[in-house]
Amino acid sequence: MSTLEKTETLQAKTIAANTQISGSQAVLEALIHEGVDTVFGYPGGAIMPIYDALYDYNEKLTHILVRHEQGGIHAAQGYARTSGRVGVAFATSGPGATNLVTGLADAMIDSNPVVCITGQVFASLLGTDAFQETDVVNITTPITKWNYQVTDANEIPSVLAKAFYIAQTGRPGPVLIDITKNAQIQLFDYEGYEKCNHIRSYRPTPIIRKEYVEEAAKLINSAKKPFVLFGQGIILGKAEQEFKRFIEKGGFPSAATVMGLSALETEHPLHVGMLGMHGNYAPNVMTNECDVLIAVGMRFDDRVTGRLDKYAKQAKVVHLDIDPAEIDKNVKTTVPVWGDCKETLPMLTALLDKVDHSEWLQQFRELEKEEVKEVIFDELNPTSDIMTMGEVIKELNELTGGNAVIVTDVGQHQMVTCRYANFKQSKSNVTSGGLGTMGFGLPAAIGAWYGAPDRDVIAIIGDGGIQMTIQELGTIMQFGAKVKILILNNEFLGMVRQWQQLFNDRRYSFVNITSPDFVAVAKGYYIDGAKVCERKDLKGALKTMLEHDGSYLLEVMVGKENNVFPMVAQGTSVSEIRLK
Amino acid sequence: MEKQEFTITVYTENSIGMIGRITGIFSRRKINIESLNTSPSEVEGIHRFTILISESEEVVRKLCRQIEKQVEVLKAYFNTNEELIWQEQALYKVPADVIAEKAYVERLLRQYGANVVVIRNDYIVFETAGHREEIDRLTEELGKYNLIEFVRGARIAIIKDSAGFHAKIKQFEREEPGQEIVENEFLDQRDDVFTM
Ligand SMILES: Cc1ncc(C[n+]2csc(CCOP(=O)(O)OP(=O)(O)O)c2C)c(N)n1
Repeated sequence: MSTLEKTETLQAKTIAANTQISGSQAVLEALIHEGVDTVFGYPGGAIMPIYDALYDYNEKLTHILVRHEQGGIHAAQGYARTSGRVGVAFATSGPGATNLVTGLADAMIDSNPVVCITGQVFASLLGTDAFQETDVVNITTPITKWNYQVTDANEIPSVLAKAFYIAQTGRPGPVLIDITKNAQIQLFDYEGYEKCNHIRSYRPTPIIRKEYVEEAAKLINSAKKPFVLFGQGIILGKAEQEFKRFIEKGGFPSAATVMGLSALETEHPLHVGMLGMHGNYAPNVMTNECDVLIAVGMRFDDRVTGRLDKYAKQAKVVHLDIDPAEIDKNVKTTVPVWGDCKETLPMLTALLDKVDHSEWLQQFRELEKEEVKEVIFDELNPTSDIMTMGEVIKELNELTGGNAVIVTDVGQHQMVTCRYANFKQSKSNVTSGGLGTMGFGLPAAIGAWYGAPDRDVIAIIGDGGIQMTIQELGTIMQFGAKVKILILNNEFLGMVRQWQQLFNDRRYSFVNITSPDFVAVAKGYYIDGAKVCERKDLKGALKTMLEHDGSYLLEVMVGKENNVFPMVAQGTSVSEIRLK
Repeated sequence: MEKQEFTITVYTENSIGMIGRITGIFSRRKINIESLNTSPSEVEGIHRFTILISESEEVVRKLCRQIEKQVEVLKAYFNTNEELIWQEQALYKVPADVIAEKAYVERLLRQYGANVVVIRNDYIVFETAGHREEIDRLTEELGKYNLIEFVRGARIAIIKDSAGFHAKIKQFEREEPGQEIVENEFLDQRDDVFTM
């Protein structure tokens, strides 16, 4: 569409300026102007005027009625992750709003652009302990990038414009706008909608200092053993190409954080695997061997660094990040490069010498062989009858060709999936990285499908996590998101059991979890499904799942007491990573 | 690094809930705020927070970055006591008869530069302003003479080297700001920074 056409369709779809409209209409107008097509929500008393207005917006906005507000915000997050656009969730006051809290915390730590609109009691009732009144703004202050309470409809257009601007610029994050019921009902003179592009107290992208880029290039050019760590910043900055050019020119071995996975295709010759607690052997060990560590759009989470005082002490550190607060937060930086990596990476690439680091890269490959021998080969080609999570992912890779969106919940299955899934394109790995929220998987997958409806979306979930948000099967039933649900059932809260085995003398304290007949539950929601207990049926069942037109649930019984290795045990150094 | 007194000066928009947003950054990290003052600043519509804490420089620098991350915060500075002109105010309520009968107390008050705020039959209220140690000393002395009530205000401070926020705010208002507002302490410490 040309810009002119776009403007014309927008005009046809929106209300003209200088009309009297209600606050609720203004909210929906704002969404249309921001290009929102899908909202995940749940109604209730304090947000009823917005829902009443929504009745007339049926053709312009798709509203997905989730089964729980937590599902709503996780879906909005999933939508944001696969579409690269802002996810939107609606909830009512009180319990509706508090049900958003986990998702807000998750979106905050994983930098997801999300805008939540909550209803609130009438302004005249604020502070009176009115029915379904909670102090949502105070509750959510530390877990939102910005939040604001609107009590007058006149504010709605400008506040929502701010909300969308803040959510998606700089380092993205969740924004919550709490709107009192009187403001939703109130009629006011609508002056049209103007997008926000400047807030004087808000600097989303720090100014790039050329002298730093130059200093960084000098340091990198002098390196004999450079090593690149990349995070979600590449995806958020839409800088996948810029990043690839950067590492290819320098010939840098590059490793992903969990959140950075899929920013660079898994099979790229310079991709040396995943970092962190259950990451690959080579990148963890080599972190303490490299001479220049180049971190791009990542934040040195403790699950990545292990013991900080033994982390990359021998290396000089170049850190590229859009958020100045990340520089030096955990790891001391030698040269910081503040800015949007979409801009800083090409500047840096231009100054790079073309160097051959293939010998150094080969050292990673040697260590990788060790990991294959000790861990990977057996995980992917088990000799016993008991199925492993790894072989399920391997089969899946073969069937999808690495083109699917892979959504995971939290636990062993998440780590195994992140380790073995093959990603061919960006925005394909949707998982709760920073918060580790069990229950994220299913609703996030629903949102991920709305964000990328043409792609295969596969939700890989444990038998524990699925039971946390299983009610969202109802959302799938009603609205038809074509999500494939793959439950890896080990009949345990596997990750906690693994820790109890390794660190608590196998004292299995409340990790034994029983499950309903998942296929029957799915059937109750009119979702087809199957269960696989034997290897011989695995490939066929996966194929049936993928070829099925519509949502499908496949339960695979895997080894009860399998562990995820390698592992950097808590409190140890990355180079002390255990292979078994 | 050793802990010492730092005064953090924060310029913010004058919006509801700013105190909570800013104090949350400290409480989340279990850092005690020794005193906190909010007031208008030299620029109309811009608020100024003055926060006193005792922490290492590294911690304070990181705190300031987190504070600046707040959407409604324009800028956060931190300074040591030597870089500041600072004062705290105190009010003392002393029984009237003590003043009438004890010449020493009157002398003491004069010596500390205390000014009378209110005189009543039963008590007199004095005010002083100065550094904490002086106030503490006077409080201790008056404690011996039936001091009825005492209150000390939060620290307020002027940064010796600052040219104020007038020029800065103009930069912030521009959509494309100049370099000036994007100060970067690394640059000032080049020699230290580019080595490890
Ligand atoms: C909401 C929430 N509660 C508790 C945890 C702690 N936790 C992390 S992994 C895990 C076990 C997950 O079990 P399951 O879903 O069966 O997956 P598995 O590890 O077996 O693959 C638990 C309880 C969590 N991450 N999130």
